[in-house]
Amino acid sequence: MKYLRLWQAGLLVAVFVVWHLLTTPGLLPNFMFENDRQAAFFFGEPVRIFGRIWAWFVVNADIYQHLWVTLVETALAFAIGTVLGLGFGLWLALSPMAGAIADPYIKALNSMPRVILAPIFAVWFGLGIASKVALGVTLVFFIVFFNVYQGVKEVSPVVLANARMLGASQRQLLRHVYLPSATSWVFSSLHTSVGLAFVGAVVGEYLGSSRGVGYLILQAEGAFDINTVMAGILVLTAFALLLDAGVGRIERRLMRWQPAAGETEKL
Amino acid sequence: MNAAFGASNARRRRQTRGDAEVARVDARLNSKGSSLLADDLTAFSPDALPSPPALSLAGVTCTFADKADPSRRYTAVRDVTLAVGAGEFVSVVGPTGCGKSTLLNVAAGLLAPSSGTVEVFGTPLAGINRRAGYMFQTDSLMPWRTALQNVAAGLEFRGSDRCEEQAQEWLKRVGLGAFGDRYPHQLSGGMRKRVGLAQTLVLDPDIILMDEPFSALDVQTRQLMENEVLAIWAEKKKAVLFITHDLDEAIAMSDRVVCLSAGPASHPIGEFAIDLARPRDVAEVRATPRFVELHQAIWSVLREEVLAGYRQQLAA
Repeated sequence: MKYLRLWQAGLLVAVFVVWHLLTTPGLLPNFMFENDRQAAFFFGEPVRIFGRIWAWFVVNADIYQHLWVTLVETALAFAIGTVLGLGFGLWLALSPMAGAIADPYIKALNSMPRVILAPIFAVWFGLGIASKVALGVTLVFFIVFFNVYQGVKEVSPVVLANARMLGASQRQLLRHVYLPSATSWVFSSLHTSVGLAFVGAVVGEYLGSSRGVGYLILQAEGAFDINTVMAGILVLTAFALLLDAGVGRIERRLMRWQPAAGETEKL
Repeated sequence: MNAAFGASNARRRRQTRGDAEVARVDARLNSKGSSLLADDLTAFSPDALPSPPALSLAGVTCTFADKADPSRRYTAVRDVTLAVGAGEFVSVVGPTGCGKSTLLNVAAGLLAPSSGTVEVFGTPLAGINRRAGYMFQTDSLMPWRTALQNVAAGLEFRGSDRCEEQAQEWLKRVGLGAFGDRYPHQLSGGMRKRVGLAQTLVLDPDIILMDEPFSALDVQTRQLMENEVLAIWAEKKKAVLFITHDLDEAIAMSDRVVCLSAGPASHPIGEFAIDLARPRDVAEVRATPRFVELHQAIWSVLREEVLAGYRQQLAA
């Protein structure tokens, strides 16, 4: 569609306009709340929210250290979780014995609600970055693990037999057949896992920390400062989108071999 | 279990030579039944050749056990004795589901036979057959590699230098010189087959195994490819074991046609020397009287088996 971006931006603006109309005290007659300030108290006011964001980034420029901490936590959780998931996924899928032994444990760990581990990680690793990274890793690991496992299991037996006939050693099979075959699965999971790494970092901060965007939101909630909470959420959302776009970029680069739907070009 | 880890059983399952000899004699007796036998059959038998044949299967039996219920067994091929001389083009024809592909996988070393021996140039085969190239029935190119990278793959695995150059040369030879940077999904079925052919032949194997390589192609492309393969074969004179269900194709291309009985437990039931003059054009040779004669003779042996195979599939 030609004006896709325009429509998307228009929708965003429309949401903020409606939000503004419904929450600004005295602009519309009350129809839900008795007091015309209550809507603003519960839902925040877009103008003030953007003022808050402006202050964070430009006037006071004090959000950068918090944002940096959150992004470092996210990046570390994402990287460590992905590498661990990839390694374990390949190992367990390629060695049936280990896979069979580990199977019930992997399932048990995956079905456990891992957010409840956050306080335990705080005790183990302290209130710094490490405990948040640990939480993020537990979230990311399983997503990547299951996708790699599936990817290896779904390698075409003919392609595998062909590679063996062409003289591929065990190591070459791993590098040239299993890994590329698994990457398509891994990439579909990376979009989910980069989001979860972010969730891990913010939830970890929210449950106990001295820095990070989650910490800012927690502070603001303590003071019933709904505008700051909303501002924090908006900033987090924007950065989650940026991270996702980054993954998409890498994916397009590495997955050039995959057939895209409807590849003919309209003339 | 993964195919990649199953190759080491070959040695364990190997049988004694004595049994294999008996089986070989058996198979020869079996094949005496047909009317138009290759009269100089012994010339093709491994014992009579001065140098060992490129590929020799002796008394090969393959029995598969059901995974869920090990007591249910299926014997795909039983007591197959088959030799392909160096530089000889041998086709195996048989009704659908008669274990032709099983036989080829055994020759490739991808599958260890339940009993019987496989020898490659006189040496017992253990694991993958390193001297053989295999053209598969279905798409076997690595979809994440371009055509050129696919052709170069074997050279790369074997650690040769000038991989890309040699691969480019072969791509040109199969008429795809300009398509090196395309991914398999961007190529047509016929082009993918050509890439597969180049991928196999660039390694210059002494034995070429082909499993109905052209069955998925349309008639025109198929004849082009058949002629192409014949031209390359005539130039290089490799041993070829060609599996097909198409009798026309088998006669048009081979020196010798081996008929398999209907499965289960299929075995060779006839062997025919094809004395058509070379070089052949697969389309033209079909019109010659000798071709028709051979076709009738082989079909008279094969017809019963095809019907038997069909009845079994209907009953199942």
